[in-house]
Amino acid sequence: MRSFSYEKATDPAAAAARAAEVEGAKFVAGGTNLLDLMKLEIETPVHLIDVNGLGLDRIGETEEGGLRIGTLVSNTALMADARVRRDYPVLTRAIAAGASGQLRNKATTGGNLLQRTRCPYFYDTAQPCNKRVPGSGCSALAEGGFSRQLGIIGTSDSCIATHPSDMAVAMRVLDATVETVTPAGMTRRIPLGEFHLLPGDTPERETALMPGELITAVTLPAPVGGVQRYHKARDRASYAFALVSVALIRQPDGSGRVALGGVAPRPWRSAEADAELPDGAHAVMARLLDGARPTEENAFKITLAERTLAAMLAEE
Amino acid sequence: MEFNQPAGENTLFDGGRVVGKPHRRVEGPLKVAGVAPYAYERHDVVAGQLYGYPLGAGIAHGRIRSIDAGAARAAPGVRAVVTALDIEPLDIWDYNVARLFGGDVVEHYHQAIAVVVAESFEQARAAAALIEVDYAPGDPADYDLDAAFRRLEGTGEPGTLVGDVEAAFRDAAAVVDQMYHTPSQSHMMMEPHASVVDWSDGGEMTVWTSNQMIAWNRQALATTFGIDPERIRVESPYVGGGFGGKLWLRADAVLAAIGSREVGAPVKLALPRPFMMNNTTHRSATVQRIRLAAGPDGKLKGIWHEAASHSLPGGRGENPTAQTPFFYGTETMRVQNHVVDMKLPESSDMRAPGEASGLMALEIAMDEMAEALGMDPVRFRIVNDTQVNPSNPEQPFSERHFVECLERGAEAFGWETRNTTPGGTRDGQWLVGHGVAGAFRGALLMPSGARAVLEGGRLVVETDMTDIGTGSYTILGQTAAEVMGLPMEAVEMRLANSAFPVSSGSGGQFGAASSTAGVYAACMALRERIAGHLGVEDPEFRDGRVIAGNTNMALAELEGQIEAVDSMEWGDFQSRYQMSTFGAHFVEVGVHAATGEVRVRRMLAVVDSGRILNPVTARSQLIGAMTMGVGAALSEEMALDTAKGMFANHDLAGYEVAVHADIPEQEVIFLDTLDGVASPLKAKGVGELGLCGVAAALANAVYNATGVRVRDYPVTLDKIIGGLPAI
Ligand SMILES: Cc1cc2nc3c(=O)[nH]c(=O)nc-3n(C[C@H](O)[C@H](O)[C@H](O)COP(=O)(O)OP(=O)(O)OC[C@H]3O[C@@H](n4cnc5c(N)ncnc54)[C@H](O)[C@@H]3O)c2cc1C
Ligand code: SF4
Repeated sequence: MRSFSYEKATDPAAAAARAAEVEGAKFVAGGTNLLDLMKLEIETPVHLIDVNGLGLDRIGETEEGGLRIGTLVSNTALMADARVRRDYPVLTRAIAAGASGQLRNKATTGGNLLQRTRCPYFYDTAQPCNKRVPGSGCSALAEGGFSRQLGIIGTSDSCIATHPSDMAVAMRVLDATVETVTPAGMTRRIPLGEFHLLPGDTPERETALMPGELITAVTLPAPVGGVQRYHKARDRASYAFALVSVALIRQPDGSGRVALGGVAPRPWRSAEADAELPDGAHAVMARLLDGARPTEENAFKITLAERTLAAMLAEE
Repeated sequence: MEFNQPAGENTLFDGGRVVGKPHRRVEGPLKVAGVAPYAYERHDVVAGQLYGYPLGAGIAHGRIRSIDAGAARAAPGVRAVVTALDIEPLDIWDYNVARLFGGDVVEHYHQAIAVVVAESFEQARAAAALIEVDYAPGDPADYDLDAAFRRLEGTGEPGTLVGDVEAAFRDAAAVVDQMYHTPSQSHMMMEPHASVVDWSDGGEMTVWTSNQMIAWNRQALATTFGIDPERIRVESPYVGGGFGGKLWLRADAVLAAIGSREVGAPVKLALPRPFMMNNTTHRSATVQRIRLAAGPDGKLKGIWHEAASHSLPGGRGENPTAQTPFFYGTETMRVQNHVVDMKLPESSDMRAPGEASGLMALEIAMDEMAEALGMDPVRFRIVNDTQVNPSNPEQPFSERHFVECLERGAEAFGWETRNTTPGGTRDGQWLVGHGVAGAFRGALLMPSGARAVLEGGRLVVETDMTDIGTGSYTILGQTAAEVMGLPMEAVEMRLANSAFPVSSGSGGQFGAASSTAGVYAACMALRERIAGHLGVEDPEFRDGRVIAGNTNMALAELEGQIEAVDSMEWGDFQSRYQMSTFGAHFVEVGVHAATGEVRVRRMLAVVDSGRILNPVTARSQLIGAMTMGVGAALSEEMALDTAKGMFANHDLAGYEVAVHADIPEQEVIFLDTLDGVASPLKAKGVGELGLCGVAAALANAVYNATGVRVRDYPVTLDKIIGGLPAI
């Protein structure tokens, strides 16, 4: 870990301005991802701005009948909230499927969206990795590379890492929006579907946030009802990142929405694929995973995604 | 004392008050209170401790052209940086082949190439990241174990050859011939390798470490540094798991010693978690071809087992054929093991070395043969039981109750009621299956010594035996209490210090049987001393008293200190017998009908392993091993990058051991057989037996659940999903 300076922020807009002003500054919330990365010197911020004192830790209701989730609401508090459990159960299920009780107590809403990939080479600073060191190469795609966990769609020749969040997959299926404050003090609203960038030639750029921009909240539209499910397929029963996860909202008429985790650099969903839902899992995945470019080691994810969804549809 | 004839009926242990009784772990309260002193937390043993941090090589093999440690040396708090180029290659002790430090040659990824010593841990770690290394990488190397097996198959002399195997296969009613794969596995104990070393003046060296084998560790340090072992003191009273990974001296103690000598102050150093994969040792992957031939009656006519594993040159690899010459009766047998040189981190022993990966394969093959014969797999194993060593029929087993394990297990598990049709049982979204496997592990013994000192009615027993979480403190205390007729509370065990008599140490499941015998020897010597002191013949020791003729006196009334030192040596007569331990595993799994996710529902082990010295600690060994077997079966795999020559997953997120949610109800039945040939206590070890066969029972259950036969571990969903029913 490199040495760094530290301050506690008290005002969101001022925090954003500060972060833009100090070169190499980063926000820290729960610290469950950032501190690990700092210990390994994968992240090397020179200045940390602690956002825990910003008072953004409440869940309120929006005028449209949805929820505004403050960025500092912990994963535990969010999944346990009575309104979330009643109106957005897919979100509770997804969060509960992630990490462990201790981690969820510390992990925050904004931090969860910004957690970084679990590609093993990203963590080994002796190995090439375009995401960590732009232009150094992709060890996972190189001959002999280990890619079983990694992405099959939305990836590029530069990087095939996935976004590992469970919470984000549920938020995507719920059409969540990220609310921010910019260094200039402006409020921005970024639909979650546009929040995480695809890697292209610049896998080091992961989100639509501008330097210094602070997430203040995530909003959920008014409840859409339906049966809401989350299935996280993994090699052990708990405490493992998804091989594939499926978030499903299904209405009584058979229409609905599907988002996938564990397959792409962002929660993976498309309106065209959603429209196929009445025709079943195969139709949905034919659309949703059209153009998938798996490696030999992770090609099973295509079958797994389809069968997982099929089972969820059959369950009702 | 020499153990030179089988133990007969005896009142001491056969009518034991303490040995064989459930006794909770004596050091348990220290552990749950967090005050048991593990190596890295020994802040109090010596003042002025500095922090060491290692740097590992970033290439799999080659040379180091130069190392620039200038920035690291200038970094805040740094007291010294010693690089591999600063010192001559250190010597290597007997059982290892990779150099722990020194010189410009890189033999494997993350081999230690520098150590930073600083005032804080954070400073040392930060400075280590500043070191710049210029490598001359070696040429691309071959990491294809399958290809190596194909090259080597049939070459060389078989390790065991009985009869004409080829003829047996020609005449067989049923034949199985399959390839099996087990991956490289990491010990991944919770406590990493850690040491505090004080070698401040380059003279006497004191090492507070985490190690299974005190005498080996001390000798390895002496050899490595070319110094007299008498000048080294080693202590390791608490070990947070070893599984064979801490049998050896590792880079933690070596780098701490070098750092300590360099700065003239004690240094503590723990290996970072990623080092467990590529810096320390691991269990090698194996490729195994198993051929079985059977007659129409189900009797095995031939067992043909050939295997390969990898190692650095000169290493032992993993011999998965270890059990094959001994386990099942057969007319003919051919067993051959190849070790392939590979430029990978050093492979070496891990819990049940050989048998663990061998039975992962053999016990699937047995299941396949039972199916080919249309026989129940329990019955098939019973039919092929033997009471003599099949590779040397002159040699009977000292005790072998494998059939009873199978029968008791089948009954307790409800084996008869299972559905024998693969894929035939469904519970909602889950396909349910049952599996069985046999367990076998040798019963090794090692000489083991102890010192017993009685004073004021309290007994202190000292031995360099370790307790690696297994319960040594408890069972040794029970043994001493039994022999001396004292209550447990009057006995204090002091372990794992090189100042104490040399013991077996902990490994190869030889620890419990060997070290209790050593404590028995020392306590028997103490009894003689006491008798001599009182001038009486053959006294009895009970209820804290010594009783003989007219003498009846509390041990507490004996004047002064009475001390005895003795060691148990093992007599030649044992070689007339094959001594082994046996078991049977029964499991029930659910396989998700859509995703192929496997979740274990029930586990049962039945164990034939001599006298169970303490059912509480023995059960904990068994269920721990069964848990490890779940990881081995379903998720544990060191992911080899075949171009880089390193294991790419590097922590407990990437190397998935079983977690609580994976472990269902586990039941253990001890037959509590007595083996008088094995030791004076008629005991054998159980620590490794529990792992043997578990994974195959699970793989067999997955087959029964789904009809998909996976012969390539771990049995992950991607290997099952293609064979699952349509949804
Ligand atoms: C062992 C382990 C297992 C895990 N398993 C899972 C799992 O199964 N599923 C899963 O989804 N997750 C899992 N996680 C990840 C976990 O969910 C994340 O670490 C956590 O959500 C991050 O939140 P945080 O508040 O601690 O973020 P921090 O570590 O504090 O920050 C993460 C990033 O977000 C930035 N940031 C934080 N807040 C803001 C803000 N308001 N505005 C702008 N930037 C901000 C920080 O600068 C940093 O870059 C696991 C983590 C661990 C350590
Ligand atoms: S997949 Fe992405 S994160 Fe992984 S090595 Fe390649 S560039 Fe790095």
